[in-house]
Amino acid sequence: MDHLPFISAAPALAILVSLAAVPLIALSSKIPNLREFWTLAAGVVKLLLVLSMAGWILAGNTYVYEIWDILPGLSLKLRVDGFGMLFALVASTLWIVTSIYSIGYMRSENEHAQTRFFCFFAVALSATIGVAFAGNLLTLYLFYEKLSLSTYPLVTHHQDREGRGGGRKYLTYLLGTSIGLALPAMLITYHLTGSLEFSSLGVFPETVSKSTLVVLLLMFMFGFSKAGLMPFHSWLPGAMVAPTPVSALLHAVAVVKVGVFSVLRVLTGIFGIDLLAGQDLNTIVCGVAAFTVIVSSCIALSQDNLKRLLAFSTVGQLAYIILGAGLATKLGVTGSMLHISMHAYSKITLFFCAGAIFVATGKKYISQMVGIGKRMPVTMFAFFVGSLGVIGLPPAGGFISKLIMVRGALDADMAWVLGVYLTSSFLNAAYFLPIVYRAFFCTADESMFEDKVSEAPIFCWLPPVITATISVVLFFCPWLYLGFANVMFQ
Amino acid sequence: MMSAQAPILILLIPLLCGLAITLVAQKSKNLAFFLILIGMIGSFSAACSTLIQVLQGSAPIHYRLGGWPPPFGIELVIDHLNAMVLFIVSGSALLTAVYSRNTVIVEIPDRVHHYYTLYALLVSGLLGMVATGDAFNLYVLLEISALSSYALLARGRGLAYLSTFKYIIIGTIGASFYLLGVGYLYIKTGTLNMADLSQMLASPDMKESVSIKTGFVLIIIGVWVKMGFFPLHGWLPNCYSRASTTTSCLIAPLMTKVSIYVMIRLMFSVFSVDYVFNTLQFQQAVVWMACIAIVAGSISALAQQDLKRMLCYIVLAEVGYMVGGVWLMNSNGFAGAVYHIMSDVMMTLCLFMAVGAVIYKTGDSSLESMRGIFRKMPVTATAFLIGGFSIIGIPPTCGFFSKWYLITGAVETGQYHFMIALLFSSLVNAVLFFRIIEIGFFNRFDDSGHGIHQKFEFSEAPVMMLAPMLICAASLLVIGLYTSFILRNIVQWTIPAGL
Amino acid sequence: MYMESLISFIVTEYNYSAALILIMIGMYGMIAKNNLLKKVIGMSIFQSAIILFYISIGYKGGASIPIIKHGSGMADHAAIDPTLYVNPLPHVLMLTAIVVGVATLGVALAILQKIYRVHGTIEEDEILESLKE
Repeated sequence: MDHLPFISAAPALAILVSLAAVPLIALSSKIPNLREFWTLAAGVVKLLLVLSMAGWILAGNTYVYEIWDILPGLSLKLRVDGFGMLFALVASTLWIVTSIYSIGYMRSENEHAQTRFFCFFAVALSATIGVAFAGNLLTLYLFYEKLSLSTYPLVTHHQDREGRGGGRKYLTYLLGTSIGLALPAMLITYHLTGSLEFSSLGVFPETVSKSTLVVLLLMFMFGFSKAGLMPFHSWLPGAMVAPTPVSALLHAVAVVKVGVFSVLRVLTGIFGIDLLAGQDLNTIVCGVAAFTVIVSSCIALSQDNLKRLLAFSTVGQLAYIILGAGLATKLGVTGSMLHISMHAYSKITLFFCAGAIFVATGKKYISQMVGIGKRMPVTMFAFFVGSLGVIGLPPAGGFISKLIMVRGALDADMAWVLGVYLTSSFLNAAYFLPIVYRAFFCTADESMFEDKVSEAPIFCWLPPVITATISVVLFFCPWLYLGFANVMFQ
Repeated sequence: MMSAQAPILILLIPLLCGLAITLVAQKSKNLAFFLILIGMIGSFSAACSTLIQVLQGSAPIHYRLGGWPPPFGIELVIDHLNAMVLFIVSGSALLTAVYSRNTVIVEIPDRVHHYYTLYALLVSGLLGMVATGDAFNLYVLLEISALSSYALLARGRGLAYLSTFKYIIIGTIGASFYLLGVGYLYIKTGTLNMADLSQMLASPDMKESVSIKTGFVLIIIGVWVKMGFFPLHGWLPNCYSRASTTTSCLIAPLMTKVSIYVMIRLMFSVFSVDYVFNTLQFQQAVVWMACIAIVAGSISALAQQDLKRMLCYIVLAEVGYMVGGVWLMNSNGFAGAVYHIMSDVMMTLCLFMAVGAVIYKTGDSSLESMRGIFRKMPVTATAFLIGGFSIIGIPPTCGFFSKWYLITGAVETGQYHFMIALLFSSLVNAVLFFRIIEIGFFNRFDDSGHGIHQKFEFSEAPVMMLAPMLICAASLLVIGLYTSFILRNIVQWTIPAGL
Repeated sequence: MYMESLISFIVTEYNYSAALILIMIGMYGMIAKNNLLKKVIGMSIFQSAIILFYISIGYKGGASIPIIKHGSGMADHAAIDPTLYVNPLPHVLMLTAIVVGVATLGVALAILQKIYRVHGTIEEDEILESLKE
């Protein structure tokens, strides 16, 4: 590729716009409508900024912007490529949808400290986009930490004992692993290579021994524990104490996807897929990921709390994505990048529905949701579409990404991975479809709800319908996200 | 004209101010405050001017007192290293002076002018230690600052008198060890000027001399006592935590860091890299001791229920960072230690100021006094958070970058135990600060685990306390963001030849 | 052989041994004594020992006090024989050290007085005992 990168402040602006909204949100705390207007306005501006770069990225260009010369030989810099663009687009579209949903949810639940909530929400989003556009590992680490810290007040929003416990677990895992594993791994990498830039060829010279590479690989994979690889996954179910919009955006999309994104960046940009395949490191990645996929799906089967079930399902799907990258083939990596977006739309739909059910009926447990399809048909239909996406059945976008990953597994001659993929999809179906089935098809005696349609407020049921629709649309035209993923391999 | 005299003015201005305060400000507290402010501003601007001169010219500034040429006269030698330390010491003394406006009147209502006299004396002693180029002069200035710090520390809470008494005993042992060590060097070389000493000590037979080795060990032990390096640290937490708010803001960040500076100066300007690391064989042992200091300091901090004591143990762990960094025998580790002197002064100052404000408002220094802090004192809480993040080492605060260099040094020399100690301390610090953040963020719970609704009225500390605190907090970010600038223009020049 | 040189060192350079013994006595007092005043006395002995050590290193056999005979004029200035005079520099330095020592002693005694007023005793164990009650 001979294109010179564009030097442009657009990526920096995309990060800053939601930060700039924070003081505005804080100042208009007395007028809720104005406050929510700022949130939405920042979201729209951010989306437009991201979209304005999309065309050039698809044409194979990159955007580069050096923010600050922070250490001699190492600067904070932004670089937008296809993968970053894909993730930023997912995050910024979903921010708008989630903001609409948050307004509905927070108001109808009459939550306290809503201003604080929206402020930190905006900070978290700017950190997410920062990770997406990070031009080297140091910048990525910086935004990664910022995200951990800015989401803490969101996770502990209720300020009760349960919240404190969840928050403790959240920070212990995230900060503990990032300081204890990712930071030293980054420093050792810098010492060995003198560079933290991402390069598709990898940065390690041939002199580095395999055992060092294995140690570093494991430190990075577990260090970015937002990716939820077992045994560092249990912060995710713990963090489900947060209000549902937080769970939805941060724990189905922003936080966990930032983890997966970071791991993928390291695998493709620091190690490079040639090195992974050549040194046989990919079996380690696949082994760890496959273990997580199977075990978490089995745990999800036994959950009764809907949000916890979704959390474990997320752990499984995240490992699924890393498994795809671990195949270290072009198709596998493309599929896993694509699955970041496909899974995001499906999973957020599911979370929205869980929240809508809670708002309308106050029910959290699956065993109490028999027959709920008759009362909330729209919500439950969106839930159905969302679960199709996670399972990977047409006509939802998840089918496409899973298909590509399966082909990647065949390409890589790793038949056992194919088995893992199929088992996992089967398990996904086993824990999702019964919920949907029992929501719609049950006898009148079994039904726990009156036969009268009574949905949650429109702010709560419209967003899942939108995301579910996008998920279906992506099945028919996945070219946009596929294009971004493909750019990475031109 | 004035700028040529700037090096001596740095310590002369506070000294004269101290004198003036005790003479004319007996009746008026405002006048005392005004004079100390003038003194600190004068000293700080002289330090700024010196720093600029050093940055512009590449050679160190030699200032001969009374025009006597060395080695007969005393001289002040200002190079990049001590220009930076002078700047940061006088700057933080100025910030503390502003901050002291409200606290001193509450804590020492009867003797404000005496307090400020000692304050000025302590600062000029510290600045003199940093500026001087003479080993004996260093001893005298060390004792000047120590004597005034004894008096300042004694006016504290609870057992302050007893713990200060113990500090006097231990501090005197430390200073006397230093003096004895200098005596050994004097016997062998017949000079006390640092530059002269280092020339004499470079000869091969001096390297083998047992007297010189004994002198070195005595000097280093003396300095370690002063900085509270493990295992000579016992006096520090008791003494600093019981001191009054202003005193601990002034002494806790500065005394230890100036001692670190003295250690670096003596190790590399009097002795040499070759002597310290090749002729003597302690390098490994000292790094291990630093690791123990870091781990022990962090764990002890975790066990504390009092905010100030907790901070004192953090200071001890930070001393381990810097001593370890210097002794790593690696240019990156050394750069990390020097950079950390600067950042650590600011972050401990920021934390002590924030805690001082909490004590000022609540009268309580237990962890529980932080309850509802985010509602009651949002500005103080913000400063505390930034200081805490810097101690933990979260980018882009300066604490992250000093750790970056220290760890790089450890990795490059293969001393992974030091890296592990640093990471361990980061993690413990994270626990420490998030424990406090939790107390601040959550209310007490009722039986069902829900927060009891408590109304916290907004009641922030006075502006004179908040302003220096916020400047400190902002400086943590500024130092962090300008790491590259600081390293290129200051720290890089301080790395001794041969490292 | 080694023993011999050690003995000759002790006999001929007895000033070092004397200083060392005094330092040890002082250290013992500072660390081991329970009475705070005795600690202060130990500290004073310790400092005096160092002062004596310094003074003794200025000594030269057969030399006189460093006041130059016939030193009123500028003539003969270069012709002074340093072996005729003891080294004055350590003495001058110790003047400062004595001042420092006295000041330290003063501060220590003042604080000791405060301790006595607050706790009613200067025995360390009694002070700690009284805190437990």
